[in-house]
Amino acid sequence: MKFRVLQNISNSWMIVSLCIILLIPFIIGVVLYSKSIPVFEITSIDQLLFSSTWKPTQGLFGFLPFILSSLYVTLISFVLSAPLCVLAAIYLTQFASKRLVLIMYPVIDILAGIPSVIYGMWGILIVVPFVGETLAPLFNLNSSGYSILSGGIVLAVMCIPYVLNMLMESFKTVPMGLVEASLSLGASKWESIKHAVLKKCRTGIISAFGLGLAKAFGETLAVMMVVGNVVQISGNPFDAGYPLPALIANNYGEMLSIPLYDSALMLASFILLVVVLLINLFFRYLICKTQRK
Amino acid sequence: MRYRKSFVELFYKILTGIACYSLIVILGYIIFVIFKKGIGMLSLKMITTVPSGGYYYGGEGGVLNAIAGSFYIAVGATIIAVIVGVPAALFINSHLQHKPRMQSFIRYMLDALWGIPSIVYGAFGFMLMIYLGMSASLLAGIITVAFLITPIIIRTFDEVLNTIPKGLHESALALGYTRMQLAFKVLWKQGFPGFITAVLFAFGRGIGDAASVLFTAGYTDLVPQYLDEPAATLPLAIFFQLSSPIPEVRNRAYAAGIILTAMILIISVSARLVSRKFSKTNLK
Amino acid sequence: MKNKNTIEISNLNVWVDNQYILKNVNLDIPEHQITVLLGPSGCGKTTLLKSMNRLTDLYKELKVTGEICIDGDDILKSKRNIYEIRQKMGLLSQKPYPLPVSIYKNIAYGIKLKGIKDRKLLDYNVEKRLKEVGLWDEVKDRLHSSPDTLSIGQQQRLCLARGLAVKPRLILADEPTSALDPLSSKIIEDLFKKLKEHYSIVVVTHILRQAKRLADNVVFMHYGEIVEQGAPDQLFTNPQSPELKKYLVDGN
Repeated sequence: MKFRVLQNISNSWMIVSLCIILLIPFIIGVVLYSKSIPVFEITSIDQLLFSSTWKPTQGLFGFLPFILSSLYVTLISFVLSAPLCVLAAIYLTQFASKRLVLIMYPVIDILAGIPSVIYGMWGILIVVPFVGETLAPLFNLNSSGYSILSGGIVLAVMCIPYVLNMLMESFKTVPMGLVEASLSLGASKWESIKHAVLKKCRTGIISAFGLGLAKAFGETLAVMMVVGNVVQISGNPFDAGYPLPALIANNYGEMLSIPLYDSALMLASFILLVVVLLINLFFRYLICKTQRK
Repeated sequence: MRYRKSFVELFYKILTGIACYSLIVILGYIIFVIFKKGIGMLSLKMITTVPSGGYYYGGEGGVLNAIAGSFYIAVGATIIAVIVGVPAALFINSHLQHKPRMQSFIRYMLDALWGIPSIVYGAFGFMLMIYLGMSASLLAGIITVAFLITPIIIRTFDEVLNTIPKGLHESALALGYTRMQLAFKVLWKQGFPGFITAVLFAFGRGIGDAASVLFTAGYTDLVPQYLDEPAATLPLAIFFQLSSPIPEVRNRAYAAGIILTAMILIISVSARLVSRKFSKTNLK
Repeated sequence: MKNKNTIEISNLNVWVDNQYILKNVNLDIPEHQITVLLGPSGCGKTTLLKSMNRLTDLYKELKVTGEICIDGDDILKSKRNIYEIRQKMGLLSQKPYPLPVSIYKNIAYGIKLKGIKDRKLLDYNVEKRLKEVGLWDEVKDRLHSSPDTLSIGQQQRLCLARGLAVKPRLILADEPTSALDPLSSKIIEDLFKKLKEHYSIVVVTHILRQAKRLADNVVFMHYGEIVEQGAPDQLFTNPQSPELKKYLVDGN
């Protein structure tokens, strides 16, 4: 009898906790969306997304500068980190000795575990002066260093372990026999990697990149510390930017004192959630599908 | 032709090798910069005292308040995440063993959850907090971080549970075990090292994350005594002090950076050691 | 003609961490015959096969000494182009591993690696090789679709055709039928019998009956050593060593 009761309790405990977890994204989505309704009521969605006027005190909320900044920073981080990740993943899964791989795992682990504030601090100490004092003069530009480019560089370093891990997982699924088959046809190791391994992992590579982009898009603190936080639209990477997550993080203090400000910031969070979640769901689905095959 | 082929091969081997070794250099460089900048200000006082009155103008004190706050929040959140996450992970691997589609759907959702940015959890936690009529406090911080790390605990633990041979499940069930006994006796015992790894991993994330506690935990110069008091956290302490115009305050942020980095290093290396030990025993 | 050898192996040793995988192997592979490497699992058959086209290079922990001569050239010491050496041999592995490109490109792959880009020549070769393995009629309408659409047996024949396309002298087959159903296995076996007119063939197997069906020449291996070799009738009717006697008894 006592056993039965215990069994029932632990069964329902397991199911309840699993359900809670699976419902979290929906609950977050609903809460954030319902909080952002007030700002919808006075401003159209077009205006919110495509207007570049940001004057919260006058009730004008145009997210365009923030969205563009976010995209710009994310793009730079992708361009800088993606080639490095692919090359390193190839070396680690195809060329490297077992010893090196054993050394590299903790290196990747630690890189992935370093908190974002530490990356931001490193960015302020190294990347910002480098961009402002070394890179900008090369192009005859004036920059404080607190810029989109700095944000992109810091983000690139942060995304490397994340993307690299996924790439390695993907490369490791390629059977040795495929490489052997290619070699026995007279291909060099590199030709085999290029024609067999990379082609076989096409979806894995695309997914790793997609998930890396999503991570970069949502990253907050490190970017905010080096990006300058100025509301403007500029194509120049040496100018300051103001990504969405930084907008949310910087203004939580005053958002309750200005009408509709909180609603607008919740909308920003909602946009962030939807974009990142959709990207994640899409690429995870691709990964799942190829794995099942 | 033949030399070109070998040459191209060598070229790419070197190129990919450089990319790989550059990661070690980057990591070394980051750690070197952090330690070099902060080592001068690092003292026992930093970790044993709270900020004194004039601390933010360069006065005496340390960051004990933030260390304690981070520690409390990470411990509290980890406990909640374990209470919710461990049964969920066990459930996936015991009761759902014969429903592979359900299993992969749940894993898929959890992976997607893992990707949600922590600032979104922070904004959500903030709204939840206002809704419940709470103020920024230790408890609100704990709950928000718990949301963030629960998917991490489940997925990390689940990965290990998934490697336990399926034959073990069958023989346990054949011996007359119920699925619950399978979960809490067999799987739990077999997957225990994986559980430790998952906890360490989530704990590290809890200590290091700033964006989620920015809204919810508040900030204070005191070590929090109760759950409803605000709590400072180490990442936020570093963040705030870095934006100070006074050099002494900034220098102390660098020193606090060392403390945080060292904590993460220890946690991450021990998690790796536990999992390596586990995979060794698993091979035998 | 009968006495000419494609490969001559002498004193081949392969070991890892002081543990021998192959010990003092001396073996000649005669031309235009099927040589069957027979033995229980883990006796080093596959390693012997892989050393013949130096796929052992892939495993850095393996140490290899001895001589493997093809056309009087020791491939283990040769500074000559390893890619050309490997093209003298077509490899067929336990499971078919088609490259992740179309059926056509799978076969053209090895030819293109030789630097041949002429479209007509490629077309001609693809057709010829597919006909050689009897796959042409089955796939001629979908040459540019993925090999994933083929059955396992067809994929294995595709891999064989791919290997033949580089004009090898020797076919190395590592338990080529272990993943196939009996019907597909029979097709492969019949192909081997047909192909030996033009190629020398080495087949690794642990299936006694397959060895009896195919072999012109049997090599029995046990724990990394060659225990007995010779013509199948003689070997199977009158085994000399206790290991082979036991294997024959257990195998039936």
